Amino acid sequence: MDIVLISSILGIGGLGLFFGASLAYASRKFAVEVDPKIEEIIAHLPNANCGACGFPGCSGYAEAVVKSGAKTNLCTPGGQSVADQVAEIMGVAPVAGGEKMVAVVQCRGDNENAPKRYHYAGITNCHAAQILMGGDKACVYGCLGLGTCVEACPFNAMKMGDNGLPIVIEDKCTACGLCVSACPRGIMKLIPVAQKIFIGCVSQDKGKAVKEVCKVGCTGCTLCANPKTTPSGSIRMKGNLPEIINVTADDLEKAVEKCPTKSFVVRN
Amino acid sequence: MIFNKQTFKGGVHPPEYKELAEHQAIEALPLPQQVIIPVQQHLGAPAEPIVNVGDEVKVGDKVCEAKGYVSVPSHASISGKVKAIEKRPHPVGGNVLSIIIESDGKDELSASIAPVPNYLAQDAAEMKKKIQAAGLAGMGGAAFPTHVKLSPPSDKPIDTFILNGAECEPFLTADHRLMLERPNEILEGVRIIMKILGCKTGYIAVEKNKPDAIALLQKLLDKSGDALKVVPLNVKYPQGAEKQLIKAITNRKVPAGGLPMDVGCLVHNVGTAKAIYDAISSNKPLYERVVTVTGKGIKHSKNLLVRIGTPFQNLIDFCGGITEDTIKIINGGPMMGIAQYTLEVPVTKGTSGILALTKAEAKLPEPEPCIRCARCVDACPMNLLPNTLARVIEYKRYDEAHQLGVLDCIECGSCAFVCPSKIRHIHFLKFGKLEVTKMLKSKAA
Repeated sequence: MDIVLISSILGIGGLGLFFGASLAYASRKFAVEVDPKIEEIIAHLPNANCGACGFPGCSGYAEAVVKSGAKTNLCTPGGQSVADQVAEIMGVAPVAGGEKMVAVVQCRGDNENAPKRYHYAGITNCHAAQILMGGDKACVYGCLGLGTCVEACPFNAMKMGDNGLPIVIEDKCTACGLCVSACPRGIMKLIPVAQKIFIGCVSQDKGKAVKEVCKVGCTGCTLCANPKTTPSGSIRMKGNLPEIINVTADDLEKAVEKCPTKSFVVRN
Repeated sequence: MIFNKQTFKGGVHPPEYKELAEHQAIEALPLPQQVIIPVQQHLGAPAEPIVNVGDEVKVGDKVCEAKGYVSVPSHASISGKVKAIEKRPHPVGGNVLSIIIESDGKDELSASIAPVPNYLAQDAAEMKKKIQAAGLAGMGGAAFPTHVKLSPPSDKPIDTFILNGAECEPFLTADHRLMLERPNEILEGVRIIMKILGCKTGYIAVEKNKPDAIALLQKLLDKSGDALKVVPLNVKYPQGAEKQLIKAITNRKVPAGGLPMDVGCLVHNVGTAKAIYDAISSNKPLYERVVTVTGKGIKHSKNLLVRIGTPFQNLIDFCGGITEDTIKIINGGPMMGIAQYTLEVPVTKGTSGILALTKAEAKLPEPEPCIRCARCVDACPMNLLPNTLARVIEYKRYDEAHQLGVLDCIECGSCAFVCPSKIRHIHFLKFGKLEVTKMLKSKAA
């Protein structure tokens, strides 16, 4: 009995030792040279693999920085601190990253304000809803409310509100831009964090056509772009929608006040 | 041919409900007050409006011009004044730029519509030009420009022409009635098509549930001595899909991603053949078509000769309106048709029927998880795996969906019809086809 026990322990243990040793040897002998800088950069990146830098994932970006000299400040989610760390690892002068941005939902047509034109019973995906007569929302520009942007967010920075519109949790938003490309209707947009006021509508229609499908849609009345409202010229009309040129102008608040459809959104 | 069982793999047997309208002779719908002519009634590039608001037009006047080769013009279907050119709801999707014409009640024909003497003597190129100018697009539903189908590349000669009178979609009887009431025009259209193609073999495919049409066409062919053959086909859906039709009749298989011309075949719908005859023999553009208005939700099912652009509401009113329990109106048949949210949408060149379903019929059961029974696999006439495809598309694995051949799906709906879990395969597949096409485009770029 004892012999059986001991021999099997020795046998299996011996095999383990043998394979362990040969693996250890092989890992040294056949090791692939990796620039330690790449590993180091990967360790500092957020590792969400969002692709905002334009490279395939965080390791792709790290490799590009080290091997082909990609810019050190391309990681939007990481922001300035990661840019500085990457620059330090590479031994180059830190470059100032772009302005800090945040994603916003440019639609206020929730279940109450913007009626649906038919009952949608298809799969839960905005692109799929779009192929059925252009979506169930009567406004062909408005949010379809099926949460494709929420699904696309790798940082859990979005959720669907009870009113049928998505909500951006700004503290978590890294401005990677995946929600922007996920939306079939171009409702998500990245704006500078410093910009407190934006237009919550993307409808290119005018007046009556907007009123018929949404209570809070921009009718293109041009009141906000009028010099009487915004003397500094901070808003101008682009098509039937106002465009904010000077995002921090003081007179924007007046435009919010004057807007008859309350189409502007003021961020907290 | 001996071993050919004149059928195809897969398919389903939905209840037919043809009896609702198949004995109703085609009636002309009274002229509508106003017509809505969308610039996009065909596959391909949208046409471009060439009239202005306020212009006077006559029946058959061109109101929008084809843009490019794979595109066809559209024509005024009533005489009157152009009231507006704006976006209007379209029965196949979204809001489409449309030309709205208000009737003057005179119904004056355009001067260009007149009988052409000895029309069969025209040469093929001229005929094709006329067919495009007449705005012809496949009238079976897909609305592909007819002249493009009639112009195969020189390395792919067509040796077999098939006239599609299968009409396998339940409820619809427009093609059936057309075969019974206008058989001579249809046969003349077939002769024109075969002359253009220069092909010798021609078949007329009719499902066996239309014995009167089969007998009539056979009688006419016996008299005229044409080298055409009427082929009675087993009743099975989707027998009228062109690839399935080619398989059943010639036993040739259109390769994946290929077109009928890859196996030397061409298929046209009976409605299209009649329209080709009209275009060649009298320069008459496509401004009217036969539409079946049917379903348990319609008081009196009818087959109507309707001007293109007539709002659905007019047709339904003429048929006595809808019953109280009607909750769904479909453009087309129950298998492939698209539900409508408004009756302001116009009849287009591809509208073969308007179907009203009652609450009990239109009930949409909640989908449940797939139990892997593979009934959809058995039913798929294209040899695809609908269950697997729906799953990979749900998880956004579009490259895998592409490998599994999602682009070959003909969206016939057989998979969803047999599914015991009521999974909405077709929506997944339509969505997947779109996403895969997008993916391939971005890869190519």
